Amino acid sequence: MMEKIAEMKGLTKSFGDLKVLQGVDLDLYKGENLVVLGKSGSGKSVLIKILVGLLKKDEGSVMVMGKEISELKLKELNALRLKIGFSFQNSALYDSMTVRENMEFPLVRNVKNLTRKEIDTKIEGLLDSVGLPQSINQMPSELSGGQKKRIGIARTLILNPQIMLYDEPTAGLDPITCVEINTLITQVREEYNTSSIVITHDLTCAKATGDRVAVLLDGQFKAVGEFSEVFENATDERIKSFYDYNFIQ
Amino acid sequence: MAEKTYERRPTITKNLDKFFTGLADAFAFVKRFFQEIWFPPYEFKEILRQCYEIGYRSLPLISLTGFIVGIVFTNQSRPSLSEFGATSWLPSLISVAVVRAMGPLVTALIAAGKVGSSIGAEISSMKVTEQIDAMEVSAINPYKYLVVTRVIATTLMLPILVMYTDFLALMGSYINVSQNELVSMSTFFVQVFEAISFLDIFSSIIKSLFFGFTIGIVSCYKGYNSTKGTEGVGKAANASVVMSMFLIFIEELLSLQIVNAIRNG
Repeated sequence: MMEKIAEMKGLTKSFGDLKVLQGVDLDLYKGENLVVLGKSGSGKSVLIKILVGLLKKDEGSVMVMGKEISELKLKELNALRLKIGFSFQNSALYDSMTVRENMEFPLVRNVKNLTRKEIDTKIEGLLDSVGLPQSINQMPSELSGGQKKRIGIARTLILNPQIMLYDEPTAGLDPITCVEINTLITQVREEYNTSSIVITHDLTCAKATGDRVAVLLDGQFKAVGEFSEVFENATDERIKSFYDYNFIQ
Repeated sequence: MAEKTYERRPTITKNLDKFFTGLADAFAFVKRFFQEIWFPPYEFKEILRQCYEIGYRSLPLISLTGFIVGIVFTNQSRPSLSEFGATSWLPSLISVAVVRAMGPLVTALIAAGKVGSSIGAEISSMKVTEQIDAMEVSAINPYKYLVVTRVIATTLMLPILVMYTDFLALMGSYINVSQNELVSMSTFFVQVFEAISFLDIFSSIIKSLFFGFTIGIVSCYKGYNSTKGTEGVGKAANASVVMSMFLIFIEELLSLQIVNAIRNG
């Protein structure tokens, strides 16, 4: 049986009167890419922000690598966060830093006693693997949307995470760049042995990157399984229309 | 069918709730500064960078303003003193006014406008674009990196800027006085230093430390707690300036009372 690396049970979250998550159950297995699909505003991003401790849950349990997130002290949470890479929707690169400094920033603060040569080797290696070695001295404002995403992913990989969380990795990108990002996501899993949750509303991305997909509707997962199981035999009209809109339109 | 009842809360209660919640938040923010400042990592490099940004980059504006204030204040004071044939008191009058009040106040207001708005907008835009979240998920303490460093830098830089403004204002005044009253530089500055006491200089520096701290902490607080969206960035920048200026005037009033009490007691 595959080992669970993250587990959510009965997870609820509200913002004021708005109930976003209403009893979410989900398991992430070691080495898998799990895609969470849902409409905008359905709570997909909230889900992974709770997983990494950026938001607090209302009820339920969230276990990551055998630890209940809400019970961790800040120091323990930070230690766990080092094993989780979070790629933000808008890349969240630090505006005032070059690409090199963006990548160096989390590394030097979390890994002590690295020599200049070791830091440079690590940064250059990662930039090579995301295909942007020439951007090392550029500022984020000089990069395109796709390049920012790649650098954002490279920055999260610098701490060798075991879990990768991608928040809308293909949002706002052209179809060719989307394909490149999808390839990068699968490549990251293979090269770095990560388990991933990919948040998206893009079915092409889901089909290309996901081992399993989970569809979030009305604050709950209505279907979880392989892509073909979930969509090709879907009975729920909303899931069907999601598929039709993405692939027929 | 049962009639629907609505719970209505008076606007004044809601506003009071909001005010006290905001006040509690602000106090928690300030308290966190004093908790975090003692523990590593100390981020010396970022503090130095901020000192450069806040101190050095403000010099052109502060220089111009300080110099002009000296000239204008001297020019405006001359007619009143000349009515009593006391224009020879100009250096003393100017030095007391500049060192005790105008230097610190003008510098703090300029810094609140220039530095406060920039800190408020920068931190707020970092929040909107999830850069602060990115620090948190990388196990970096964003409060320490963004807030503590900037507040230390504003607190350290403002007294230096105030002394610099005082000097330039006095130089401006000297140029004006020397052209109209034919006073030498040494005579002018002897009169300047005879008129001010150690308490004047000391209180000016202490007051400037508080002004600097206020500008830093208020701007960081407004930026850190801004609402999402680009509109929030503008609001945070604006609120940083307005709130900093308001608090600077209150602090000026308080410091005046305290220094007068010391002087008279």
